[in-house]
Amino acid sequence: MLGIGTYLALASVLFGIGAVGFLSRRNMLVQLMSIELMLNSVNVLLLAFNRAYPGNHDGQVFAFFVIAVAAAEAAVGLAILIAYYRIKRTVDTDDATLLKY
Amino acid sequence: MSIPGATLFVVTAILAMAGGLMTISARRPLRAAIGLLAHIVSLAGMFLTLNAQLLAALQLLVYAGAIVVLFVFVIMLIGPAAEVGPVQGRITSRTLGIALTIVIVLAVSTSVAYFDAPWVEVPPGFGTVEGLGMAVYKEALVPFEVVSITLLVAIIGAIAVARSRME
Repeated sequence: MLGIGTYLALASVLFGIGAVGFLSRRNMLVQLMSIELMLNSVNVLLLAFNRAYPGNHDGQVFAFFVIAVAAAEAAVGLAILIAYYRIKRTVDTDDATLLKY
Repeated sequence: MSIPGATLFVVTAILAMAGGLMTISARRPLRAAIGLLAHIVSLAGMFLTLNAQLLAALQLLVYAGAIVVLFVFVIMLIGPAAEVGPVQGRITSRTLGIALTIVIVLAVSTSVAYFDAPWVEVPPGFGTVEGLGMAVYKEALVPFEVVSITLLVAIIGAIAVARSRME
């Protein structure tokens, strides 16, 4: 039957989807979205553990801060993407070689 | 777990996985953003089954209302260049990385699935605006203020990085 373990398994599968997306795609926009997928899966994990031990709100407080940091991360990441697009006229991360040579 | 809760969990879990897979597999970035939106909305529904009402609302407000809209704005801003071609080159390292990730995720998810805790009754006020708000303000006041400064720094940093250097 459904238990906390189901939530944990689902959270790790969602994290894996995000990790595979980050590793396999070369579009920087999609890679940033994959980071959001991974952050969201961690929220599911924290809330599931907090539901298992509901004596305090520690997991939900953590998830609250994760949401705030994810918003900051998305804003800065997309700003970097805009700056990168100004230089290279593409969002392909395979072309990000300015520091390589 | 009650029958309606289990039903909501199953539906939102399937939708969340479908949205995530759509996000990472869609060729057009706008479709990926729509997949992300479906993922986020279904996770907000799943938070309700975990007695996290305030976080479900925050998930909709912050993720669906702000982050997805930001992505769509950037996709509109950079236009046709937002789409890049299929993956080419470095096939071995890419395949190895993906295979390793899948193996680790399978190992972790099949082992954590055995974690079992009884569905204890939640105390009154658990996860509501009042309960979580009191927890944040009583036990995490300094991190709360630090995160507000983080957001301020992120705003200033985003403006500084994305600003045009031509002027």
